[in-house]
Amino acid sequence: MSDVAIQVERLGKQYRLGGPRAGYPTLREQIRTWTSPRRLLRRPARTANRPPFWALKDVSFEVRRGEVVGIIGRNGAGKSTLLKILSQITEPTTGGADIHGRVGSLLEVGTGFHPELTGRENVYLNGAILGMRRVEIARRFDEIIAFAEVEQFVDTPVKHYSSGMYTRLAFAVAAHLDPEILIVDEVLAVGDVQFQRKCLGRMGEAARSGRTVLLVSHNMMAISQLCHRAFWIDQGTLKATGPARDVVNQYSAAFARVAEGDLTGAVGQGDGRVLPLDYRVTNCRGEPIPLPVTNEDVLVHVRLRVREPIRQPVYGLEVQNEQGVRMLCVNTAELGAELPPLGAGEREVRVRFKQVPYLPGVYRASFWVMNPQGHIYMMTHADALVFEIGQSRLYGTRDVDHRWGCVYTGVEVDCDDLAPRTVSMPEQSSQVAVHDRG
Amino acid sequence: MTTELLSPVNLKPIAGGEPLGPVAHPVPVTRIRPSHGWRAVRLAEFWRYRELLYFLTLRDIKLRYKQTALGVAWAVIQPLFTMAVFAIFFGKLGGLPSDGKPYALFVLVGLLPWQLFAYALTQSSNSLVNEQRLITKVYFPRLIVPVASVFSGLVDFLVTFGLVFVGMAFFGVKPTWTAVAVPALVVFAVLAALAVGLWLSALNVRYRDVRYTIPFLTQFWMFVTPVAYPARMVPEAYRPLLGLNPMTGVVEGFRWALLGTDAPDWGMMAVSAAVVVGLLAGGLFYFRRMERTFADVV
Repeated sequence: MSDVAIQVERLGKQYRLGGPRAGYPTLREQIRTWTSPRRLLRRPARTANRPPFWALKDVSFEVRRGEVVGIIGRNGAGKSTLLKILSQITEPTTGGADIHGRVGSLLEVGTGFHPELTGRENVYLNGAILGMRRVEIARRFDEIIAFAEVEQFVDTPVKHYSSGMYTRLAFAVAAHLDPEILIVDEVLAVGDVQFQRKCLGRMGEAARSGRTVLLVSHNMMAISQLCHRAFWIDQGTLKATGPARDVVNQYSAAFARVAEGDLTGAVGQGDGRVLPLDYRVTNCRGEPIPLPVTNEDVLVHVRLRVREPIRQPVYGLEVQNEQGVRMLCVNTAELGAELPPLGAGEREVRVRFKQVPYLPGVYRASFWVMNPQGHIYMMTHADALVFEIGQSRLYGTRDVDHRWGCVYTGVEVDCDDLAPRTVSMPEQSSQVAVHDRG
Repeated sequence: MTTELLSPVNLKPIAGGEPLGPVAHPVPVTRIRPSHGWRAVRLAEFWRYRELLYFLTLRDIKLRYKQTALGVAWAVIQPLFTMAVFAIFFGKLGGLPSDGKPYALFVLVGLLPWQLFAYALTQSSNSLVNEQRLITKVYFPRLIVPVASVFSGLVDFLVTFGLVFVGMAFFGVKPTWTAVAVPALVVFAVLAALAVGLWLSALNVRYRDVRYTIPFLTQFWMFVTPVAYPARMVPEAYRPLLGLNPMTGVVEGFRWALLGTDAPDWGMMAVSAAVVVGLLAGGLFYFRRMERTFADVV
């Protein structure tokens, strides 16, 4: 028994449809049900005529001590509900779980951060919220500040921080949490690329140090690199479990041959001014195609609902392959394109890939709308747009797919029949170096 | 959901600085199960989270007057102006009696515990709704939230208390040995605020109507409490009824302790104490019962 860290047995969580948030009655309605004669007969009609919705149903698994387990699945599949139950934030409706060891859970970074408080005050407050003891925070305080790279601003209210500094400080506190079991929900998706790498490194350290980690992520690379095993949750049930790479591949394959999809609810961050609706992939004439192939022109249409007009929209796109390797990350400001203002209402943005260079395989993309200063109006999850590039025999006689590489591009090869020359490189380079210093 | 300590179990060593080999500390086991009906109030767990209580209280205190030009002076201005208005309208124009003490001082001493109570009640009732983010993202005993907001009101109380001393010096009223009763009366007022605050904060999570009722409630409550008039203005026959309002005893007690007016009716005090204990115990259990759905409903 001492080998098991988390044991989950037939766990279920039921919500009333219409959303637990949207559906709470006002006092007046409640009083009406108290005074109505129907109450004498049975329960209030309000709950009776709504079909129950199972966010999680009959989920059982075991995580051994020291194991790092990734949880993947589409939005609304029940991943967060599972973490919330294991973190004791909400109760299960059925079943149960036993957790052996001190649990630290990070469902969000910077919970409880207050803009008016200084960096120092927030570190102590946030640490206490995450369950760290005061002496523990004091002992690691300098380390936390150094990790966040905010040494000079420790006593400045965090409302004056840049968003990057704010996020770094928030993550730094979380990263210094030292529980036996760590439950993490998509916190890697914050900050700039460099900081993300640092966070991943930290997660890797935690994993290698023998800690038990349960990690939800949309980043397939993080899952397959960091995790021993992965669970795929779909519609509230465990669809697949196994070695992380296998489950990630299965998950990816399930979305093959998808040329369109729903984006509502796929918002990763943003201020709510723009909401994504859906997307579809077509050929360059806008005609639907089942499967674009390498070297073909491809058009990605993203439909948006714009709530407030945006004067200078900048659109960005990031594409990852199945292994989570970033293939492309680009925005229209970088490309020097100035696009017309985005008016309120439903709009469609089209992204044209000229001769898409990707080898056959499944690709995932995120799409965002921001302003030239980098303020993000809307950014989808990293895996919100899924499309597949199909086989083509355009080049050569044999099938080429992503196992052979990532991109396809023309290469010119030259050959010269020269005898090898000997060059005394080391001397030369050391000379240059000395020269430089002078 | 319970957390209990099991006997020591040998753990797999954790690398990375931790001592290797068999770990002797007990492994806490968290059992997560659906719960039904009434649940025990877990004060031991509450105690384990006392540092969080400390930091949340500290935060509320620090934030209270952040970015105000007058800062903590507001804690003086509010009772001072209320006192002035009462002294003019009720004391001078209305001619209300004041147990033989200067009316302004009489009101000020009454306002001292009243404002502590009203502030603590308002803050704690809104506390859970204001801490939505915390409640939906982190686990801790939810009881910490209303308790912290009740405590944060004590700072204003101390400032106002200074004002009362100034007022006493001004009117030449010397404190007597009865002043030692003040801490007990403060505890009483805080518990009374918490007792009501627990009910209202838990109700507020489900019914936001509560938020709009609180201003009326505190206003109404102030007038049924003898803040602006002495309790003996109420006909003798109804006095025990006054005890149902725990703040009657507190306000009268403060005047007795600081100004040396007649001691409050002990029978009435006993009724008040019983009301507070009853409300508090009920509030704790009701809060615990509702606690499990806070994160889903808030």
